[in-house]
Amino acid sequence: MTSQRDSRTSEPPVPAQSPPDPIKAVPVRHPGRWVAAAVIVVLAAMFVHMLVTNEAFQWAFVFENMFAEPVLIGVRTTLLLTVLAMLIGVALGVVIAVMRLSSNPVLSGMAWLYTWFFRAVPRLVLAVLFGNLGILYQQIEFGLPFDNYWMPLLGLEGDARVFSLDARTFLSGFMAGLLALALSEGAYMSEIVRAGLQSVDKGQTEAAQALGMNRSKVLRRITLPQALRVIVPPTGNETVAMLKDTALVAYVPVTTELFFQLSAIGSRTFQLFPMLVAACLWYLAITSLFMIGQYFLERTFGQRGARAGVGGRLLSGGGGRG
Amino acid sequence: MTLAAGGPVSDDRMVVAENVHKSYGRVEVLRGIDLEVRRGEVMCVVGPSGSGKSTFLRCVNHLEKINAGRLWVNGQLMGYREKGGRLHELRESEVAAQRRDIGMVFQRFNLFPHMTALGNVMEAPVQVKGEPRAQARERAMRLLERVGLADKANSLPDQLSGGQQQRVAIARALAMQPSLMLFDEPTSALDPELVGEVLDVMKDLARDGMTMIVVTHEMGFAREVGDSLVFMDGGVVVERGTPAEVLSAPRRERTRSFLSKVL
Ligand SMILES: Nc1ncnc2c1ncn2[C@@H]1O[C@H](COP(=O)(O)OP(=O)(O)O)[C@@H](O)[C@H]1O
Ligand SMILES: [Mg+2]
Repeated sequence: MTSQRDSRTSEPPVPAQSPPDPIKAVPVRHPGRWVAAAVIVVLAAMFVHMLVTNEAFQWAFVFENMFAEPVLIGVRTTLLLTVLAMLIGVALGVVIAVMRLSSNPVLSGMAWLYTWFFRAVPRLVLAVLFGNLGILYQQIEFGLPFDNYWMPLLGLEGDARVFSLDARTFLSGFMAGLLALALSEGAYMSEIVRAGLQSVDKGQTEAAQALGMNRSKVLRRITLPQALRVIVPPTGNETVAMLKDTALVAYVPVTTELFFQLSAIGSRTFQLFPMLVAACLWYLAITSLFMIGQYFLERTFGQRGARAGVGGRLLSGGGGRG
Repeated sequence: MTLAAGGPVSDDRMVVAENVHKSYGRVEVLRGIDLEVRRGEVMCVVGPSGSGKSTFLRCVNHLEKINAGRLWVNGQLMGYREKGGRLHELRESEVAAQRRDIGMVFQRFNLFPHMTALGNVMEAPVQVKGEPRAQARERAMRLLERVGLADKANSLPDQLSGGQQQRVAIARALAMQPSLMLFDEPTSALDPELVGEVLDVMKDLARDGMTMIVVTHEMGFAREVGDSLVFMDGGVVVERGTPAEVLSAPRRERTRSFLSKVL
């Protein structure tokens, strides 16, 4: 090492050149951009002018009713439905994605069937359908299956049902609406999770298996944390879409939901249009709130987050950094 | 460890491969491999691309199921249990347990990108062996020191050079205290000036008496460190001997023509 340094110092160093004058060039002009900007400014001004001057908006009436108590309850129901449906949907999505990627053909077939059904049927139809499931079953019972067949064969009396619920109470509007949204979301989320899991290099799984990890550890510690980078951004979009789709549960019917409440006021007062505007404002406000949350989630789990190890640490409870 | 009838008795042989066959669909990749690796032996494997070297290594730790033949590591039949004259597949947890005794180092490092160097090394001892975190951290630090990367413990893989990543990968494999190490072209993805630092770590391991199977194109390493050299081509072992024998005086024409291209 020292001899190398000696031989270097004996050579004259290669001098760096001082830079010439910095470049000062005339930038390219974009007249087209200026014209387009002017047109857009004028159109925007016309739109705002209409909002302010058109009597049909009845802004006072809008703001008066936006914060009426039933509307606020509606906001709460809508938020609750969105959050619960997404939580169940994401959990279901992970399970179905893992089933879909399983080498067991029964599991992956079931997962395919599930996704196929819940993506094919519109959410509106699902909402109405779940609202009417009480027709199919009066009672929802839990116990051993097909007991009405095999119990008599064994000479046993009674049934093997552990506990039961009245379907009409259990599938009350809220539950039915929540199930319709959550089950449908599970199908979409499973596709997102599957894409995420498949985006992780196969070498990761091999390295983890070579270390002696079993499949569930590999999923929890290695693949899923890395898949979050791909999973989180579209999940944010799914959440915003879910917020808007909660309006569909009005058809279950769920009467405490935001859009139902606002349109009810609209019909009662024969002032439907301002109430539609109020609904728009509420959805805009809540969506904006979600977008802020999405920004932070993506910063934590997204591109940079996953690389900085945060995603893995949060998910697996502190494995990353020593 | 009791051994099934017919299996090799526990002796100084770490790996025994008997007529190992492996095909993907109709493509036969391994066509009857017979090999033995003694404890403490460093066996280097060379051969043209596509000759089945990686596949053989992956069969050794049962990342791939073999189609015929038998493969024992440390006296255990890999992936199967022989009972009543029939082979029974081992359960996933049993296969995982067998793999814990075998470390593997990959051409593309395959470090976990969401964990620091230290996290990578600690992961398996904590998650697989259930070692207490403090103890695992201390051992991981010693291993990182051993590969010369104690100061990089908190760096993420993509903040490290290729040579540093590969040294972390070696430390990660060593953390499970394996009795056999598999290296699949560990220096092939490295810039030339980084090859030396990885080979130095491997030489150090060999001196410590680790049993190693090293797939490599580094003939200098094979000559210096290898106890034996295997030349594979077309899914079979064409020639085996000491590195000096095979490299200086190959007996087969195929070996000669391969060596003339790489030496
Ligand atoms: N998963 C696989 N499916 C199908 N063919 C494979 C697979 N893995 C390897 N092969 C084939 O097996 C042969 C041997 O591959 P490999 O063991 O990687 O060779 P080497 O490591 O000696 O270059 C190649 O022809 C390769 O295309
Ligand atoms: Mg290979």
